[in-house]
Amino acid sequence: MMTMAPVNQRVNETANGTANETADEPANRTAGAPAQQQRPGLPRLLPLVPGVPEDLRAHLARYGRPPYQGGRGHLIQAAEQAGLTGRGGAAFPAHRKLAIVARGRGRKVIVANGAESEPASHKDAVLLRAAPNLVLDGLQLAAEAIGASEAYLYVHPGVSAEITRALGQRAAAGLDLVSVTIAEAPPRFLAGQESALVNRLGGGPAVPTFVPPRVTERGLGGAPTLVQNVETLAHLALIARYGPRWFRALGTRNEPGSMLATLHSKVGSQVVEAEIGVPLRTLIPLEGAQAVLIGGYHGTWLPAGLIGTLTLDNAALKGHGAAVGAGVIAALPADRCGLVEAAWVVRYLAAESAGQCGPCLNGLPRMAAALAELAGRGHRRQVRADLERWSGLVTGRGACNHPDGTARFVRSTLTTFAPEIALHARGQCSAINHGAIGSRGAASYQPFLPLPDGVPMTEEDWV
Amino acid sequence: MTMVDTLRVNPINCTGHGVCAELLPELVTLDEWGYPIVDPHPVPPSLDLEARRAVAACPALALKLLRT
Repeated sequence: MMTMAPVNQRVNETANGTANETADEPANRTAGAPAQQQRPGLPRLLPLVPGVPEDLRAHLARYGRPPYQGGRGHLIQAAEQAGLTGRGGAAFPAHRKLAIVARGRGRKVIVANGAESEPASHKDAVLLRAAPNLVLDGLQLAAEAIGASEAYLYVHPGVSAEITRALGQRAAAGLDLVSVTIAEAPPRFLAGQESALVNRLGGGPAVPTFVPPRVTERGLGGAPTLVQNVETLAHLALIARYGPRWFRALGTRNEPGSMLATLHSKVGSQVVEAEIGVPLRTLIPLEGAQAVLIGGYHGTWLPAGLIGTLTLDNAALKGHGAAVGAGVIAALPADRCGLVEAAWVVRYLAAESAGQCGPCLNGLPRMAAALAELAGRGHRRQVRADLERWSGLVTGRGACNHPDGTARFVRSTLTTFAPEIALHARGQCSAINHGAIGSRGAASYQPFLPLPDGVPMTEEDWV
Repeated sequence: MTMVDTLRVNPINCTGHGVCAELLPELVTLDEWGYPIVDPHPVPPSLDLEARRAVAACPALALKLLRT
């Protein structure tokens, strides 16, 4: 607390110096005092006018200045009472990571992780463009709560310009306690994995390292490091302002709040902010869909018929082996082939393996090749059994969860598309635009699930 | 409270020499690519010495005994 006080002082002075811009805003607030009456319901994070990004002036008018607590720890308790979980995919309780780093000794580091590397997820990029100041408020408030003296924002180059502008405006308004360094994430699937991120910030490649130690204990340069998804930090910025009770007004008892989700259906793709626990059928149009992918490329395929009864929360999805993850939901139209889609995704995931661990290095390319065989026609009988065996063999045997997530995706492909596998075995396919698998048809097939350029998709892939 | 040791492979360091499976077949088998699958349960006292020997013999320093 002693070390934080002078910093707060400086912020207040700077704030007074720019009173013309923020005259109607109280200079600082104590814990629990609401910044201003926040309207109930949605959106909480996204702009009030859809699609119109909120600059610092709009941000301050809507939310007020970040309510620094004047010391460490207060926000951690609020995060615990709010029941905030990480929105990067793992849904780990935010307060626990905050508390571990806060307890650490010496220099501490905080990183806002916006390196959303899943090709089907756009929610972090949308949030960073639409509400950069909410993310940066959360970063500052979390830095204060854990006593961090170094802060990074780890993002893809596409949003750097907006963030740089926001940081400049915030500096002029004296909003920040800790200066923020922008670090660019490489365009790789594993770039945002916690230990890969720390490796990258330390000057190395963005590949995972062996755990232990966790980065919360020994991260960047050996310092306890808090890596928090940008959306998690944005929620934290609101919890600091409006309190845990307000946060819990949306969502379920065990999974409170709202979350950003990236939806893909035959009508297109969009990022929405949704209340946790809402029926999935109210989020995504299911007409003409055969299956729904939940949780992205480390996620789970479920038959479309099942989705009508499910809600957007892990409690509901767990029984079906699924999880909301980072909020990617894709309703596969009936005119696409689930096996072809899955084969491309796993080909991509295999190529994105860091190649450091034997089971992942060996297992994922074999799984990709076997799925490509299923995506073609007349596959060998043992292919399905091979895929099931390899899925089990790679799970839990990597330094990170890339093999586990890939195996989850493969297993659910085998289950959900079992009827399609039987059709393909007879040389048929239910997809209308995939009538000629194994011949020239594959070349003209339009993939539904987004993948970056460079994933091989020629007809030679389909046996 | 008694401390127990559990075998753990650092999969990044492991290069699949297979020495561990040779020295400690009771707790380590190799997968079809030659990488070790270790028994996740605590090492029984009767195999303590063999487990230590296998850890010491790993050419990649990838096999560890973790005290839990």
